Amino acid sequence: MEILVAIKRVPATGGRIVLTADERAIDTRHLGFTVSPHEECAVEEAVRIVEAGGGSVTAVTLGPEVATEQLRDAMAIGADRAVLLETDGREWDPMETAAAIVDAVQAQAAAGTPYDLLLFGNEAADTGDYQVPIRVAVALDLPWVTGVKALELRDGVAVARREAVGGGWEEFELPLPAVVAVKEGINLPRYPSLPGRLRANKKPIDRVAPTARPSGPTMSRLRLPREEAHEVEILGRGADAAPRVVEVMRTLGVVRS
Amino acid sequence: MILAFVEHADGQLDRLSAESLALARRLGAAVKTGVEAVAIGGESLAAAVGRHGADVLHLAQLDDGDAYVPDAWAAAVGDRIGALGPEAVVAPGSVRGLEVLAVVAARLGLPLAANCIDVHPGDPWSVTRQRWAGSLLEEATLEGPVKLLSAAPHAFPADEMVAGATDARIEPFAPTIGERERRVRVARRLAPETGGVSLTDARVVVGGGRGVGSAEGFAMIEELAGLLGGAVGVSRAVTSAGWRPHTEQVGQTGARIAPDLYIACGISGAIQHIVGCKAAKTILAINTDPDAPIMAQADYAVIGDLREVVPAIAAALRRS
Amino acid sequence: MSAVPTHARVVVIGAGIVGNSMAWHLARCGWRDIVLVEKGTLPSPGGSTGHASNFIFLTDHSKEMTALTLDSLVQYEELGVATVSGGLEVARTDERVEELKRRLGSSKSWGIESEIVTPARARELVPYLDDSIIQSAFYTPGVAVVDSLRAGTLMREKAQQMGALTIAAATEVTGLDVENGRIRGVRTDKGNIAAETVVVACGVWSPRIARMAGASIPLTPAVHQMISVGPVPLFADTVGEIKFPIVRDMDTNMYERQHGGDLEVGSYAHRAILMDADDIPSIAQSALSPTELPFTREDFDVQMEQALELMPDILGDETVGIRHAINGLLSLTPDGMPILGETPEVAGLWSAAAIWIKEAPGIAKMVAEWMTDGTPEIDPHGSDIARFYDHHRTSTHIAARTTEGYNKTYGIVHPMEQWASNRNIRLSPVNVRQRALGAVFFEAAGWERPFWYGANEHLVYEYGERVMPRVAEWESRWWSPIINAEHLAMRERVAMIDLAAFAIFDVTGPGACAYLQRLVVSQVDVPVGRVIYTPLLNERGGIVADLTIIRLASDRFRVVTGGGMGMRDRKWFTDHLPEDGTASLHDQTSGMYTVGVWGPRARDLVQATTSADLSNEAFPFGTARVVDVGSVRALMSRISYVGELGWEIYAPMEQGLRLWDTLWDAGAAHGVIAAGIGVYATTGRLEKGYRAHGNELELDFNLVEAGMARPRVKDADFIGRAAYLEQRSKPPAAILSTLTLDDQDSPAGVARYMLGREPITHLDGRPLVDAKGRRSYATSAGSGPSVGRHLLMSYLPPEDAVEGTKLAVEYFGQRYPVTVAVVGSRPLFDPDNERIRN
Repeated sequence: MEILVAIKRVPATGGRIVLTADERAIDTRHLGFTVSPHEECAVEEAVRIVEAGGGSVTAVTLGPEVATEQLRDAMAIGADRAVLLETDGREWDPMETAAAIVDAVQAQAAAGTPYDLLLFGNEAADTGDYQVPIRVAVALDLPWVTGVKALELRDGVAVARREAVGGGWEEFELPLPAVVAVKEGINLPRYPSLPGRLRANKKPIDRVAPTARPSGPTMSRLRLPREEAHEVEILGRGADAAPRVVEVMRTLGVVRS
Repeated sequence: MILAFVEHADGQLDRLSAESLALARRLGAAVKTGVEAVAIGGESLAAAVGRHGADVLHLAQLDDGDAYVPDAWAAAVGDRIGALGPEAVVAPGSVRGLEVLAVVAARLGLPLAANCIDVHPGDPWSVTRQRWAGSLLEEATLEGPVKLLSAAPHAFPADEMVAGATDARIEPFAPTIGERERRVRVARRLAPETGGVSLTDARVVVGGGRGVGSAEGFAMIEELAGLLGGAVGVSRAVTSAGWRPHTEQVGQTGARIAPDLYIACGISGAIQHIVGCKAAKTILAINTDPDAPIMAQADYAVIGDLREVVPAIAAALRRS
Repeated sequence: MSAVPTHARVVVIGAGIVGNSMAWHLARCGWRDIVLVEKGTLPSPGGSTGHASNFIFLTDHSKEMTALTLDSLVQYEELGVATVSGGLEVARTDERVEELKRRLGSSKSWGIESEIVTPARARELVPYLDDSIIQSAFYTPGVAVVDSLRAGTLMREKAQQMGALTIAAATEVTGLDVENGRIRGVRTDKGNIAAETVVVACGVWSPRIARMAGASIPLTPAVHQMISVGPVPLFADTVGEIKFPIVRDMDTNMYERQHGGDLEVGSYAHRAILMDADDIPSIAQSALSPTELPFTREDFDVQMEQALELMPDILGDETVGIRHAINGLLSLTPDGMPILGETPEVAGLWSAAAIWIKEAPGIAKMVAEWMTDGTPEIDPHGSDIARFYDHHRTSTHIAARTTEGYNKTYGIVHPMEQWASNRNIRLSPVNVRQRALGAVFFEAAGWERPFWYGANEHLVYEYGERVMPRVAEWESRWWSPIINAEHLAMRERVAMIDLAAFAIFDVTGPGACAYLQRLVVSQVDVPVGRVIYTPLLNERGGIVADLTIIRLASDRFRVVTGGGMGMRDRKWFTDHLPEDGTASLHDQTSGMYTVGVWGPRARDLVQATTSADLSNEAFPFGTARVVDVGSVRALMSRISYVGELGWEIYAPMEQGLRLWDTLWDAGAAHGVIAAGIGVYATTGRLEKGYRAHGNELELDFNLVEAGMARPRVKDADFIGRAAYLEQRSKPPAAILSTLTLDDQDSPAGVARYMLGREPITHLDGRPLVDAKGRRSYATSAGSGPSVGRHLLMSYLPPEDAVEGTKLAVEYFGQRYPVTVAVVGSRPLFDPDNERIRN
């Protein structure tokens, strides 16, 4: 089983987001970078599939040279190789990103070892475009499913489960090759081991210059949402506050009688 | 014309679809054109869709009935785009809304702006959309003969009605759907594992964070949720520690909830969590730290150790 | 959020381990209306305390730091937040094996239980350690891990229970108000607090806060990398935080410690990554906390491989993951020591910065005592903020020295080791002559001082074995036999010693005499032209300084003190100036040059340059006069720190070179040599039993113990007089003695010479402990070429302080026999001081 897993380098935000002076990017001077959370799970899922049934995992990302750090992250937990679709650091829109990935997938097929499974994160943590996996699937005419929180492969079929509207689960069956976009919760990604980290430094990274074809949406600037002034009423300290809490719950009408 | 893709459940207009109709109406007013809706099945929607400002309801008649076959649904929407030539297509910020629109965009080779909170038609159109699950906003321009947009959840009112509106006129259509569009479909549905209240529907959610301290510590959180007929929600720290399943996670990579009351117990309030719970009508924070970030979001607070406060509240509830 | 109090007796800024400890110890010392201001939220506000490794290794070669660490551990134990785990410092190299033996010596000197163990024993203690790659290990069973956040909370609570403390968390300091050089208050975003005393306990932010008052705390934030891996199967059943000893892998500059189910690996091996305090992110901007910055993995790659080598069972386990990795910020200072005490720039503004978890409560106790009555129990001379000269405070100097010093954290640092970076800051006016004479420069307070002169190498051949040549590499390092040759030439002929580094203050005014009288132990109301050598005490009778004072006129005195302690002494003098302005102090350090001329032919040499009568009758010992030395009008003071006839000669700095040349030219006929500080500070003084501040003289010891009590105590009151009288009324608990090394040959037949700080023991190795619980150690050690013996000084319990007693000194794990040669201050060389007084 040949698996491609697409990942994205995003800043590890924690506290307040701070923008650069030109308001076109997040100020990352004090931030680390990480693989976007859903994609961390995608890598973990890919590695588990290969551990169980054989094959190999290729991690791909589109971004500047520094994004090799995230490719190494993926390889540290078990991806075998990596492809960097190297950019000059400009933010690529979802259409051209998808097109670049499609090119990479087709190149792999042309080389004789096509991917059986393309794994994505459901949406990137930063831009939240919700469309790259589907655009890739449509371009390659592959079956797809998003929001996946459980995945099983049997006899050339991917059985993918996701949360259904209104509770419960809905299950899809896709013939391989297929595109699957997973969500956090599908697994608990492992931490890289020390030997894994050291091995990752020695694994190969292919660099490919992708074709730029910007089409939008085109970001003009970023801004932070307005914070509404908020007054908090302290109901009390410790256990003594319980009666006041119940009173408030009654006022809100949430206490069952 | 502005075309709004709408969803429904049990014959009722879905809430997020109502919100996206509100966006569609604003766009219609701005470009001085009407709003029409497209849905897969759902004759009963005519009244609701009309009240929300759509003049026509285009009803796709699919062989699969109401079953969710995303590529087929997208083909249906694409069919109407071809037939009607709308200025823009608006989808709700739901899982299905987003993916159907994404397929449409991919098929037509058009850009798509997801999770918009503000849209200004012009040349080009300008949109304000959510990044980082709403912690950051992007102002962008959107090109293309048809503008494809989804409305960010809870960014537009769901209860905005047109005074004296009449039912939308139903116009059925039967798009051609090939076998390839039927490859992907819900093969089966599975009932929720527990009989409990679902996190996204619960009127009360009792949230637990790192401050709960352990997996065992969640017994008291569950008890309080049970007494209030609510659900348990947790922060990412809790699922990362393996204390609770990811299905209970509230936040950027978990569920977005909008209960009447959210009780945040031992949750400091990182932005990734706040984006998941800020739609709650009322937030009560229980925390030892009066300066924790969650306090900036809370309406009420109890300062203290949740391991004392939560059982005390539970006891008070049982007495009453 | 509530507003802050409008007034406080003292404001402590920063609620990390230091600020919390300060709040508690101030309360304990009787302070009330203490306000603790913290920008972050409690209990973990986001400073370095929050990510500290929290372990406490006990042994340091520095006595001061060891004492503070031991006191801190006692405090942590009393708070119930310490877990004793033991600690292993492992050696991978031969050099480290030796260093561990030296470490054992320091343990013994400071009274810490430690032992050298075999690799096999090390593996028994730490079963996941690969014993095949280590040669030995230094095991200290008392090493502990503490919960510093909990300790802070408990200390705050105790201070609150006393009604002494108000806490203002989430409150950011926006300014400090200063009036006439005194702190007046603290401005915050929640309101202003009027206060006459403010403590900056802000860790890495301290420079920024101090600058708000125009003061400087010369530290830099720097990165220390840490990773945490887990879950470690071996630790699965561990109850509590730690069961296995902490390992310091000294040769790779790393440590590994259990932390619950995880193993934490920290490094001081990577390049020094410095930061500006102004560039530290705010709490809101930080992903974790302001002092936990994103991990830069490329800096850690090499360390990973080294750690893997040492602990393959855990770190090589594929199921054990790197769960956490940070670039943690900590504070570095130019000399590696903390920065404590009242800032010289702003009265009432105190610094408690650059402090590690292991020493924080002890330091807070010391600083609180210092703030309360000026008399801390532990001598802070190594960490006193007043030690810095202006050049030390420049960002260039801080960056250079911290960069150089970072990798010495676990390094093998020779006691005489010199800094390589940012040298040549303060040069003697005769530097050009020194370089021509092949001077080897050592640095003191920024001054470049010749330690010996290459030009004197021929003397080594002249004196042969009398230069006591050294063969062992360790004590040959930063040393030359030329020092001893210069010493012998001085004793035979005459030497000129450059003393440009002296700190010199002129005290003038109608109240000058009364002021000095109150400050020093000796009588200063002496005839004009007299020179006084005197110690200075604090109120508890601890020794603060020793220096000389020359009475220049009825209302003018010149104070001459060592350059290394000059800034500290100046602060002590300035702090005690009379408020009525009747005495004032003028720092002449940069304006006044000093050269010493000593030796049997010193009089002949100087006489050749002047018509003044230099005969013993006309110019007796202990007097000073203005004399024309050639065309330089100089002040000559007939004293000696090397036990020879001669003078310290002072002239304006710009005439220093001329003064030197005049003397040098006249000296040619008398066989003059230039001698370095090696003679002045070690060999010359040791033979004469002269005490040095920081070695023999510190707060720990009193004048009676040091053998410096004079027959009479002056009637005039002076600081410490009551305590001094009390000390004199009782027999001393220890007596400073001079010991001779009887046999320097090691079992391998190599001559070994101690350098100082080694434990003095009974012949069987039992430590000597005095009635106050202090152990005997060599306060100084060095050659005595004229007496032909290696000399050591040590405070000995009275029963052992008997001339002729046989004892031992422990050095690199071996005991060498020594004999008590002199008890008290009588010189070993020229006991009747005939050379000086002729």
